[in-house]
Amino acid sequence: MFIIRFPIANRIDDLDDLGQGFTSAASLIISLDTDLLSILNLSLRVSLSAVFISCIIGFPLGAFLAYYKFPGQKGLVIILNSLMGLPPVVVGLIVYMLLSRSGPFGVFGLLYTPTAMIIAQTLLVTPIIGALTRQILEDLWFEYSDYLKSLEASKIDSMATLLWDARFSLATVLLAGFGRAIAEVGAVMIVGGNIDHITRVMTTAIALETSKGNLSLALGLGIVLLITTLIVNALAQLIRTKYN
Amino acid sequence: MRPIQVFFIYLTVLIILPAEAKSRDLILATTTSIDSSGLLEYLLPKVYKKLNIKIKTLVRGTGAVLKIGINGDADILLVHDKDSEISFVEKGYGSFRKEVMTSHFILIGPSKNPADIPTNENTVNALNQIAKSKSLFISRGDESGTHKAELRLWRLAGITPNETLKRRYLETGSGMGATLNMASALNAYTITESGSWAKFNNRGNLVTLINHTSDNTYGIILVNPKRHKHILEINGRKFINWITGLEGQKAINSYKINGKRPFKGTSLIEEKNK
Repeated sequence: MFIIRFPIANRIDDLDDLGQGFTSAASLIISLDTDLLSILNLSLRVSLSAVFISCIIGFPLGAFLAYYKFPGQKGLVIILNSLMGLPPVVVGLIVYMLLSRSGPFGVFGLLYTPTAMIIAQTLLVTPIIGALTRQILEDLWFEYSDYLKSLEASKIDSMATLLWDARFSLATVLLAGFGRAIAEVGAVMIVGGNIDHITRVMTTAIALETSKGNLSLALGLGIVLLITTLIVNALAQLIRTKYN
Repeated sequence: MRPIQVFFIYLTVLIILPAEAKSRDLILATTTSIDSSGLLEYLLPKVYKKLNIKIKTLVRGTGAVLKIGINGDADILLVHDKDSEISFVEKGYGSFRKEVMTSHFILIGPSKNPADIPTNENTVNALNQIAKSKSLFISRGDESGTHKAELRLWRLAGITPNETLKRRYLETGSGMGATLNMASALNAYTITESGSWAKFNNRGNLVTLINHTSDNTYGIILVNPKRHKHILEINGRKFINWITGLEGQKAINSYKINGKRPFKGTSLIEEKNK
């Protein structure tokens, strides 16, 4: 899959697997392998899309559960909190069965496409975003309730105010969701199928290279993924300090 | 432009971009042993050049591939467990089955050879030696073709590995590569397929002990379009005709790993025998 040119001549044999891992990470980055770039791009596309959709669902859901108290609300919160621990393979399996040609949504032919991967990761990330948002907003609601009530703010306005004032905490929630999505391998492996050039992402590529026994290349890919996550987090921090 | 703006534009483009192409590619589900050998990476560009057919490959053990076929989630299956392939077609899940090629299974183990298996020993004796020794044996344990071939060898040797080897018989339940990694880390014996072994890069202290324990025949199956209307029958047949035809068979025979040719096209073997 990757053509690796080691810039640091033939000294590679002297290094152990760990050392070789860093060397192959360096050469992957230096050579800017087009295969690597497209895999990295797909990883980001799938995970960022999933996080984006999860935020659209999770933020209002969290706000709703923080603002309204109704019978069964506690139960819903417990369920949402436990869904944060959903095993990726289980989500992968469920999405596989739903999207399989023999499943209820089989007619759309979505299995083994990036869309299927986005659906699976959205299911994984939404509970994290929803549950953490609820906790943050509920804490904030204790401080704000008298003030918002005195202003006679509508329910929608109150929830919007809570979301807006918690935006910096929610940015961290978003990053937690992104971390879960980008690092996950179980679900995308099952619903994506790890097809070269189509549904191969960083984590499934790492699993594949490990299974081929190319341990140093696998580790190199892992380091590249780690650096990418670092860059995304640094960008988020930059935005935060700028507008804080 | 500031980096933040670039980031947001990138994000927007990512989300707006259509997720996939309109027409569907042919889906070939195949085994981890084929995938580990690198054969498809060699063949598929030739298929595209000749037939203008793009093929997506999915990789699972033979048992799982057949289930994918039953669900209609692949068009073509390339697997290696003759009995279950034939019953798959008989039950109407597949239209037909053709034999494509053979390689062979091999016994590998640690170079120190703690079970004292002599070189060129026959497989039955070798497995008995392992059973008597204190060495570990790693099994795929995943209903794959390689797993079933290994179980056949144990039966030939008259050994029930779970009972005789007890905790020295480790079933990984994983693909060929993962199993080889484990064998390498634990200095264990295992049965593997010649093509995957030739291509494997993390051998550690493992060496080949028996070069040919049994034949490994790969069959290709078209998933029955009568059961699943979306199956790409025309392109599927074209591909099967190519790979079982002269050009495909020659290409299979010419595939080399480290100077060795692990696969032999079935039709070319039969011609030689005539």
